Amino acid sequence: MAKVNYFLTEEQQMIVDLAHQIAVEKIIPVRARLDEIEEFPWDIMKDLAQADLFGLYIPEEYGGLGGGCFENCLAVEQLAYGCIAVTTTFAASALGAYPIVLFGNEEQKERYLSDIASGRRLAAFGLTEAGAGSDAAGIKTTAVEDGDYWVLNGTKQWITNGGEAEVYTIIALTDKNKGARGASAFIVEKGDEGFSFGKKEKKMGLRASATRELIFSDCRIPKDRLLGRRGAGFIIAMKTLDLARPGIGAIAVGLSQAALDESVNYARQRVQFGQPIISFQAIQHMLADMATQIEASRALVYAIARTIDAGEKDISKLSAMAKLFPTDVAMKVTTDAVQILGGYGYMKEYPVEKMMRDAKILQIYEGTNQIQRNVIGQALNKEYARR
Amino acid sequence: MPEDKVMNIVVCIKQVPDAESVKWDHKTGTLIRDGVKSVINPFDYHAIEAALTLKDELGAKVTAVTMGPPQAEEAIREAMSMGVDEGVVVSDRAFAGSDTLATTYTLSRAIKRLGDVHAVFCGKQAIDGDTAQVGPGLAVRLGIPCVTYVSEMEVINGGKGLRLKRLKEDGFDMVEVDFPVLVTTLSTLNTPRVPSLKAKMKAKRAKIPVWTAGDIGADKKRIGLNGSPTKVHSTYIPKFEAKREFLEGSPEEQVDALIKRLKEAGVI
Repeated sequence: MAKVNYFLTEEQQMIVDLAHQIAVEKIIPVRARLDEIEEFPWDIMKDLAQADLFGLYIPEEYGGLGGGCFENCLAVEQLAYGCIAVTTTFAASALGAYPIVLFGNEEQKERYLSDIASGRRLAAFGLTEAGAGSDAAGIKTTAVEDGDYWVLNGTKQWITNGGEAEVYTIIALTDKNKGARGASAFIVEKGDEGFSFGKKEKKMGLRASATRELIFSDCRIPKDRLLGRRGAGFIIAMKTLDLARPGIGAIAVGLSQAALDESVNYARQRVQFGQPIISFQAIQHMLADMATQIEASRALVYAIARTIDAGEKDISKLSAMAKLFPTDVAMKVTTDAVQILGGYGYMKEYPVEKMMRDAKILQIYEGTNQIQRNVIGQALNKEYARR
Repeated sequence: MPEDKVMNIVVCIKQVPDAESVKWDHKTGTLIRDGVKSVINPFDYHAIEAALTLKDELGAKVTAVTMGPPQAEEAIREAMSMGVDEGVVVSDRAFAGSDTLATTYTLSRAIKRLGDVHAVFCGKQAIDGDTAQVGPGLAVRLGIPCVTYVSEMEVINGGKGLRLKRLKEDGFDMVEVDFPVLVTTLSTLNTPRVPSLKAKMKAKRAKIPVWTAGDIGADKKRIGLNGSPTKVHSTYIPKFEAKREFLEGSPEEQVDALIKRLKEAGVI
């Protein structure tokens, strides 16, 4: 098979092989059941921990492997080939851990990162609220100083790994009147006084992942749980999301590849009008577009992830591109996969209907694709003004 | 067994042709091995997992041993990527043509070179030969007890022995045995773990020693073809032919005809 040479190192190839093995042996056999009964994939999380994958993006001094954005993309692409609900669960832990990796002090890193790297504790990231989605600055959750404590009040909504994770990075308002500088980031642990969870949400797709409300009612946490400096909450959130977005692009690539594989295999064996349907140009052209768009997505994600790892600081536009294009492709490719499989594609006996249901979230979470276009558009405006 | 030393566990593995890619030459009745991928015998993954489970519980050094051509080191590296500490390839042209007797002798010499061993794990059988003789034969030549077809395992006596469920055609035995012991594993015993990235990287860099007949002090008369009383004269695919015939006439005539046929066939 003619494959694009992305010049992976030996270690990067090992990550790909291992994550693919887990997708094939551990995820694919159970994905339909997990989806049907909305079960949190703890067994697979244990396999990922055994495989050292939770340590991929954690520095070596805290028991991780010290990989970058690119290594994380390689892993989640392969896991997403199996199931993006499982992969999102894994990736959400990274989203919760990144703020500690990027902004934590030495004590915080030692206290949390080795447990996250080993998979002993799962992490989560809490920014979104009922009134604050695309408009993140609209958050209402507050954190007030009280002696040696911070006291949190408010409700976070649709938090992936909510209730299952042990460590939460939470963005809350510390100075209501300071606008963008009025928020701070905190580490909250499951079991902290005044911290509870709302009901598990029922979802269209991504059903094996847990999505819950985080409820803070006079939640008291020690002062040393403030992450970074006071007032840096939105900066921490934006830097975290900038680093994580190429990962969503990579998840989209893995999902799209799985949908293409199902489509080609089906089209080669499905006979209508006396011949396999892949012999019809109508089908061939759909498959050709799918394959080309997937490879373009992959190349884009890899190139941008490598640019980020090379130390580029101004990454908002690039990381938005790495999320925007592959996720739109994934929606189109999975929809076309259902079309190619026809009636069978619409049935739950085949995996493509789940892929199509799952794909939709990729255009919504971690910043809707409309917001990604805003980011790219605003960056263009700025860049061209400087010329 | 000395009590103060680190526990020593050996797991025997074999590289076999990948059942999914293997092809059959119908003219000669042999396997076409060219271009066929080699994989670890599926049952051996459960032996590896059993050894690693014991290591997790009691602390131990696990060594994988394989006998085969030099490229069998790939099987050792794969076992190491799951968490096996070390591995040895036992390889020498003089081993060619070994039957299960010569194989168990050769493996026993290699394992003796590893020092005192507390437990040896083998898959119940290899999917190429399907004899299921190597585990028990190896136990005989090591002079240790053997429990075959194990589907459950539990550490007992404060880490000095095992309680094992041995599956039989008509039920099962519960066996309690102190170390040292050789166990052959069924696939129902456990779920093999996935490799870990750190172990995979370590395995990639590891130097895998190759032990020759000389290294293990093997008696030349007991290895390879010389040590193998099994002689394969030919192999063939059995042909199943069936004829049918309706016996007609009165019931008495039919019975007489049937008895005649059965006598001719030597059945009665």
